[in-house]
Amino acid sequence: MSREAAKYPGLNLSSAHGKDHEAAESLMFGFWVFLMSDAILFGMVFATYVTSVHATAGGPGPSQLYDIKSILAETLMLLASSFTFGMASLTLKYKHSTPRLVGWLAVTLMLGVAFLCFELHDFSAMFAKGGIPSRSGFLSAFFDLVPLHGLHVTGGCIWLVCLVCQIARHGLDTKTKLGIMRLALFWHFLDIVWVAIFSVVYLAGLT
Amino acid sequence: MSEQPNVAADHADLMREEHRELQSYVWGAGLALLLTLVPFALLHWFGLPRLPMLIIIGVSALVQILVHFRCFLHISFAHKREDLQLILFSALLLTIMVAGTIWIMASLALRMVMPTSL
Repeated sequence: MSREAAKYPGLNLSSAHGKDHEAAESLMFGFWVFLMSDAILFGMVFATYVTSVHATAGGPGPSQLYDIKSILAETLMLLASSFTFGMASLTLKYKHSTPRLVGWLAVTLMLGVAFLCFELHDFSAMFAKGGIPSRSGFLSAFFDLVPLHGLHVTGGCIWLVCLVCQIARHGLDTKTKLGIMRLALFWHFLDIVWVAIFSVVYLAGLT
Repeated sequence: MSEQPNVAADHADLMREEHRELQSYVWGAGLALLLTLVPFALLHWFGLPRLPMLIIIGVSALVQILVHFRCFLHISFAHKREDLQLILFSALLLTIMVAGTIWIMASLALRMVMPTSL
């Protein structure tokens, strides 16, 4: 088996997966269309944030509100979770044991939940310093952008739990396989959005 | 019996393919880690002037996004044309809409003598 031509963008199941590989083509393409429209949504919210970053109305600004150590921890957790999801994808593709697949997914889920806990802690610290959404245009834009990403991660975590339940109930059939493949794309996509968030919002805000 | 060597060869190919894809994730994670730590470290320990710091942050972010696309999402120019067109066209739309919004709003802020927008 030499390298096969890719049927869709992203990691491809191989022809060793038979009809699952065939079924993936249109579903994966459709999911890419969704991801790209989601990217446009995030892009516009980024533009809103950048245009209102100085509209602090005398309230607290980035240098009083952001905690760089916590952001670094969140960044590393999300990067690690992207890597562990990659390992889960490879376990699925090369048909290693199902417990190993579920193990990688569980590690990914724990990293995702840890990320969310750190993020909620950040938000509550900001609230304590008077950084609430209604305080200024800057804070409204901030709480439009960053929690939108957090909500996506929450959705990803719920989807992950559902997939593990599906694996337990139905085993690795076509639907669960393609669910994992699509969630992998979603997860990697959210990590890319986070790269933009920590660069544009946090790092640029603290320079 | 004649099928036996073929199966072994297929298995070896599969192992090589898996190793190659594993390497892709490892390289991706390593490069992304480096491109994350450099701007964080520069910001935290070296008080660079604002403009060079912003340029370093921007370039690291763009390179890191490309690394993620290449190593985690496995996007390359070997894909079918319509798949690449979807991604490139979305990137084009995103650039026009985001850059256009920021440009217009910054110009507005300048003309209205509002607190500067950029």
